Amino acid sequence: MKGNADGLSDIALHFALLSLLAVGGANAVVPEMHRQAVQIAGWTTDRQFADMFAIAQLAPGPNVMIVTLIGYHVAGLAGALVATVAMCGPSCMLTYFAAQTWRRFEEARWRRVVQAGLVPISVGLIAASALLLARAAGQSWVAVAVTVATAAICYFTRIHPLWMFALAAVLGYANLV
Amino acid sequence: MTSIPSEQSSVRRLPGPLEILRGFLSVSVMGFGGVLPWARRMVVEQRRWLTAEEFNEIFAFCQFLPGPNMLNFAVVFGARCSGARGALAAVVGLLGPPVTIVIALGALYGFFGDIPAVRRILAGEAAAAAGLIIAATAKIAEPVFRLRAGPAPFVALAVFAAVGLARWPLLWVLVAATPLSIALAWWWRR
Repeated sequence: MKGNADGLSDIALHFALLSLLAVGGANAVVPEMHRQAVQIAGWTTDRQFADMFAIAQLAPGPNVMIVTLIGYHVAGLAGALVATVAMCGPSCMLTYFAAQTWRRFEEARWRRVVQAGLVPISVGLIAASALLLARAAGQSWVAVAVTVATAAICYFTRIHPLWMFALAAVLGYANLV
Repeated sequence: MTSIPSEQSSVRRLPGPLEILRGFLSVSVMGFGGVLPWARRMVVEQRRWLTAEEFNEIFAFCQFLPGPNMLNFAVVFGARCSGARGALAAVVGLLGPPVTIVIALGALYGFFGDIPAVRRILAGEAAAAAGLIIAATAKIAEPVFRLRAGPAPFVALAVFAAVGLARWPLLWVLVAATPLSIALAWWWRR
């Protein structure tokens, strides 16, 4: 068993590095996170990691929350906070300064051209992740029906999406999905 | 930070740190199955702090930087509206409640060990989350698929096919598609 301070600095260093590698979002580095947590550092077992991933997804909020759980598991409350700050801090700082720089060229013609080039790529990526999520979730006809119904309701009506999540949670709990 | 100047001269009032904090708190508390649809709903549809086009431009910029996309979005949006304090407000709003909730769930998990019910509920939530992101995708794609959008719809479809259907590695697709898409945009606007 490692000392607490050792564990904390390990966590801080590891997640700070991952933070700057996570191009494409936090999910892009989940495999690397798994390798570190399960195979190298032995922070969690394979099963625990999978459970944490599930719990992090069940909770609301951005999908970096698995980092918080790993930190909590290794070093309690301090670990949770250190892991979260380490995973979010560096990329936030980078983004902040990148945005300031980007803003300086607001009027530049080249910036508008670059922007016009980036937007469709971003839209394609969002659509791809929607497809991957739908495929992963579509394990049964009920699940597919929930997906289709939620998509239609959220696109065409102003009904609050939380209703669909409540219904889906009940269906899931009853083992119907 | 991203709009065309003519749009920016509109009299739209930008929110202060407190409003930003409140807005992002509401997003993160409800943000089941990923925050993107919820954040877009709050920023574009409910509070109208950004147009659909502005949202897409900021989000695209954020996707090309490392780190969680929505967190980057919070930083850029907050900074755009009210500087460093706005960025901090947005980040705290986006992370505060989820961190608290997830630690509580983690502690419960410690008590009960593995919880099959969590997996069952999750299967249901995942299906709803997929539906929500599909609806958000349709709304996000609308400005890109408008008439006279030039090469943009084709680029979006190609990236979707490469990453979503062919499952090519994200990084390679970005390396190949980015210069191509920018060149096409330049050619189209000439």
